[in-house]
Amino acid sequence: MSALEVSALSFAYGSRQALNEVGFSLAAGQFAALLGPNGAGKSTLIALLTRLYDLQSGDIRVSGHSLREAPRAALTQLGVVFQQSTLDLDLSVEQNLRYHAALHGLSRRQANTRVEAELTRQALTERRREKVRELNGGHRRRVEIARALLHAPRVLLLDEASVGLDPASRLALNRHVRSLCAEHGISVLWTTHLLDEVQASDALMVLHQGRLVASGQVDVLTQQQGDDLGSLFARLTRPAIAGATA
Amino acid sequence: MNAYWQCLRGIVLREWLRFVLQRTRFLSALVRPLLWLVVFAAGFRAALGISVIEPYDTYIPYEVYIIPGLACMILLFNGMQGSLSMVYDREMGSMRVLLTSPLPRTFLLCSKLLATALISLLQVYAFLAIAWVYGVRPPAMGLLIALPALLLVALMLSALGLLLSNAIRQLENFAGVMNFVIFPLFFLSSALYPLWKMRDSSEGLYWLCAINPFTHAVELVRFALYERFAGLAMAVCVGLTALFALLAVLTFNPQHAALRKKG
Repeated sequence: MSALEVSALSFAYGSRQALNEVGFSLAAGQFAALLGPNGAGKSTLIALLTRLYDLQSGDIRVSGHSLREAPRAALTQLGVVFQQSTLDLDLSVEQNLRYHAALHGLSRRQANTRVEAELTRQALTERRREKVRELNGGHRRRVEIARALLHAPRVLLLDEASVGLDPASRLALNRHVRSLCAEHGISVLWTTHLLDEVQASDALMVLHQGRLVASGQVDVLTQQQGDDLGSLFARLTRPAIAGATA
Repeated sequence: MNAYWQCLRGIVLREWLRFVLQRTRFLSALVRPLLWLVVFAAGFRAALGISVIEPYDTYIPYEVYIIPGLACMILLFNGMQGSLSMVYDREMGSMRVLLTSPLPRTFLLCSKLLATALISLLQVYAFLAIAWVYGVRPPAMGLLIALPALLLVALMLSALGLLLSNAIRQLENFAGVMNFVIFPLFFLSSALYPLWKMRDSSEGLYWLCAINPFTHAVELVRFALYERFAGLAMAVCVGLTALFALLAVLTFNPQHAALRKKG
């Protein structure tokens, strides 16, 4: 059973088609990069995956649960880090985490255990009482990852999570998320338009103008096409290459 | 069931923490009605004689008359401010966090409405306490009996606020809408003057006041404060709370907001 399965997903804003028959799946513990220039449909895909938008056609299954038929079971298995920070800046790190635990219906005892575990895993224990406003960008992202993992989901979505971070924090974040896949079997969908965040062994999907124009392991795709990743991406997304950064 | 309780508790606690942290918001919510009570009422006392009307047993000073209206004014401003924060949350993305909860969206929105209403009640009772010190003292039992009435009014106005926020495309449009909602609701009601006074001036304005939901909210609270039951006002408030909440939940859809922006 796939951890995440997207099948024949289409979505339109009125007459403008944002996604067109998009389909892919993620295995347990797999790190998959979703690449696409600005306006490719990544944000729409994330909005559909997180139930912010209602499905128009196609389906999304998380750990086998259909978002259409069993949204509660599906969302329980999903953790999300949005592109734009969604933390409450005036609340402390711990208060933000406890709020999220409550939204997922965790009991006080469960919340205590999970908050402790995630603060430790993200090395944030000493900052638990600090207001989020006082943290730097890298630490805020770690709080958001701690929050996304609080209810122990099997799938983690990160929507351009490295945007706004300095290169060192970006690299650290990328490494950390990969370790979650390797050590905890969490499947990760990492959307980005930054090619240097993708490794040769990653599963890759390239989204362009609402369509999935390439899908497969990075080194296999580049060998098949006889291109490096940058050239391949440029060729696949040619009309909108201005949005991509190497 | 426990999951629902934990979720509701978390949403109420978050509103409480935000309220505690935003002291200026609390103070401004209190200053506004206190100014009306201390300054406006003093100026108007001589100009506006109040005859004996229900639920009062005798002649009353103007300050006593406007207390229920000012309590409801706090709820009105808070209900609208709550919806302002909904628009803000929607733009800033924290609404997305709320909606990633696996619990039903209807439950999440109703919890948010209840949380806003409960925080508003704290402000109303803080105002009533200051009014008590100032010398306006409804019966002690009335203060207790008024609690469910105030909660109902707070829910009605919060639901109205949420309904309005669904119709607002973005934050900048909010101020204009407020001017077309708060002021007419407040001034075309029995909050500041009994309706018979308004009828003396204009039959048309009287009828506008009589059908204004805010008039019924004020009268429900006024009667409850004096240990009396206002059946019609109660029926109107219960009915409108249900209607506003239903419409607010049905029209709440971030997708519509995105479609309007992109469209």
